[in-house]
Amino acid sequence: MKMNKLATAITLAGSVIFSGAAAADTELVVATLNNGHMIEMQKHTEVFEKANPGITVKWVTLEESVLRSRVTTDIATKGGQFDIMTIGMYETPIWGKKGWLAPLVTSEAYDADDIFPAIRNGLSHEGKMYAAPFYGESSMVMYRKDLTDKAGISLPDKPTWSDMEQAVAAMHSPDDGVYGICLRGKPGWGDNMAFLSTLANTYGAQWFDMNWKPQLDSPEWEAAVTFYVDLMKKYGPPGSASNSFNEILALINEGKCGAWIDATIAASFVSDPSQSKVADKIAFAQAPVQKTARGANWLWAWALAVPASSTKVAEATKFIEWATSKDYIKLIGETNGYGKVPTGSRASTYNIPEFKAAASFADAELKAIFSANPDDSTFNKNPYTGVQFAAIPEFQAIGTAVGQQMAAALSGDKTVKEALAAAQVAADREMRRAGYY
Amino acid sequence: MSTTTVKKPVRTGKYTWNGAMITRTVASYGVALLMFFPIFFMILTSFKTELQAIAVPSLWIFEPTLENYTEVQERSDYFSFAWNSVVTSVGSTILGLMIATPAAYSMAFNPTKQTKNILMWMLSTKMMPAVGALIPIYLLCQKLGLLDNVFALIIIFTLMNLPIMVWMLYTNFKEIPSEILEASRMDGATLWEEFRYVLLPLAMGGLASTGLLCLVLSWNEAFWVLNLTSANAGTLASLVASYSSPEGLFWSKLSAVSVLAIAPIVIFGWFSQKQLVQGLTFGAVK
Repeated sequence: MKMNKLATAITLAGSVIFSGAAAADTELVVATLNNGHMIEMQKHTEVFEKANPGITVKWVTLEESVLRSRVTTDIATKGGQFDIMTIGMYETPIWGKKGWLAPLVTSEAYDADDIFPAIRNGLSHEGKMYAAPFYGESSMVMYRKDLTDKAGISLPDKPTWSDMEQAVAAMHSPDDGVYGICLRGKPGWGDNMAFLSTLANTYGAQWFDMNWKPQLDSPEWEAAVTFYVDLMKKYGPPGSASNSFNEILALINEGKCGAWIDATIAASFVSDPSQSKVADKIAFAQAPVQKTARGANWLWAWALAVPASSTKVAEATKFIEWATSKDYIKLIGETNGYGKVPTGSRASTYNIPEFKAAASFADAELKAIFSANPDDSTFNKNPYTGVQFAAIPEFQAIGTAVGQQMAAALSGDKTVKEALAAAQVAADREMRRAGYY
Repeated sequence: MSTTTVKKPVRTGKYTWNGAMITRTVASYGVALLMFFPIFFMILTSFKTELQAIAVPSLWIFEPTLENYTEVQERSDYFSFAWNSVVTSVGSTILGLMIATPAAYSMAFNPTKQTKNILMWMLSTKMMPAVGALIPIYLLCQKLGLLDNVFALIIIFTLMNLPIMVWMLYTNFKEIPSEILEASRMDGATLWEEFRYVLLPLAMGGLASTGLLCLVLSWNEAFWVLNLTSANAGTLASLVASYSSPEGLFWSKLSAVSVLAIAPIVIFGWFSQKQLVQGLTFGAVK
């Protein structure tokens, strides 16, 4: 009798455990991030499901580094856990080349030509598009217009780093709780190195020469990093070596930063009165230049792709078409307001009068995105694609190792020369190991 | 005829306060507050708006809001994650006890020359970082069709906790005089009867505390959950992780979801703290 009860209990437990497998519809599993635009997409999934009966969408929201490692593991082992994944412009061409992603074949009505060419190219390999941009971004200057006005200076629309330093010095007032400039310092290829690469580009530096030899020990890199470290020591907030996007967003929204150079997507946050105490005081300018304007501002897109291991490519493509379409932008504009639509992906978005009226940053963002060219991002010729990264598999490790050295220089643990020398050794070792020379 | 009643000892609050005692009391309150502060701050932040959460210096007096909890409820299927947490932690605890109890029994009451070595070897498996075994376990789960499946988590959590469980039960069983078990055997008790009617009542405290510790460890486990689950088998640990964002403010919502994630196990731990403390300090004063 007791054994019967035990058997029943085990059967019941088993049925509970394995019950997740039963589903009649086609279920799409989407791996995504917890960024505001993605959350809105989740909230509007019902609209897609209603328009496409028989398809249901399940979301897996992951932290960025976890998303990268999970998606890489899944795709490399053909795990098939995800039907759609959120990836960036760095991964897409590499994974497309390896055959890990299904080519994205979209319909006429989708109007792929409306996507910004630089972003479309960055999400393609050998002319085939492997991911569709959900939203794109470049980098630009966001600064406190009230403080520059008070100091009696004005920042040009296309400032040089010297203009920038002058403005930053004028705004710097730590006694009033305002630091002249806040910049990324947290180590990581997507953190401090995203910004530092653009700064180095404008000083005439580059990651690799035409023979793929790392160039981190060049005088251009030294000049750029020395300028960055000095600027941050003079006018930056304390503890900058642990600041990245979110930390600085918090500082600027609290009114603690005079200027910030970062992703254009931040413009919608800093100018939103529900998030920022200085929303009405922020103005925008293009990313500063120095020796050259090439590579002064980065280009990035969060995009949706279908892994080659998915058995639901047709349905997944249908969803991607919906989420990255003009109609989706219209849907968000009408339900949430045009100031909250995903930007930086389609040219048509910037022609919508309601969007232009709602987004004070629209023109600056458009100009920044148009001026970024991943195929021609440095003063001298380089062999790689990417402004703030080089689209090769080895870059992730190199960028992170170099980022740690730059953070050490910023915190004063190393001199700029020592940090760059160590960075060069690390990059050189990685490239040799990978067989580039 | 008069009856005598035995009075229960009561705390009188009359202590001989001296310098050492005051120092000890202040220090213990200080340590307790220090340990509790992060939890308190998390609870406080969960009732702030995102703008209030990032305020420097931190706001201590503000108008509390429930919007973060509402948002978590709207955005995430909390109960599905909580149910997975319950299934995996309870399942792995039961399975772990079923394996660890006979293992500890044999090592405590029938030791061999190698018993100590085996115990040390078992403990040494805890010394390798979990990530070292990720790829083989991931591939095994993939081949067996166990990715995103609570059954896989139950097995992994069990294996993860087994060394600690065996050690705790072994220490606990060693406290029981083996003569008692011998006496029951002489009275004709079978192995099951010896276990059920003699050992179990004596070792119940140790078994309970071992089970509780295993439950807490499984509940809080995040690494395997984040790496092996996707849409169906995620536990509360994965729900918490999903609220961090690379581009946007998330502190107050993350705090709210963290409060919701720890609430069940904290309440459970509160009611069973006696067993937990007993288990953790067992053998400490030998």
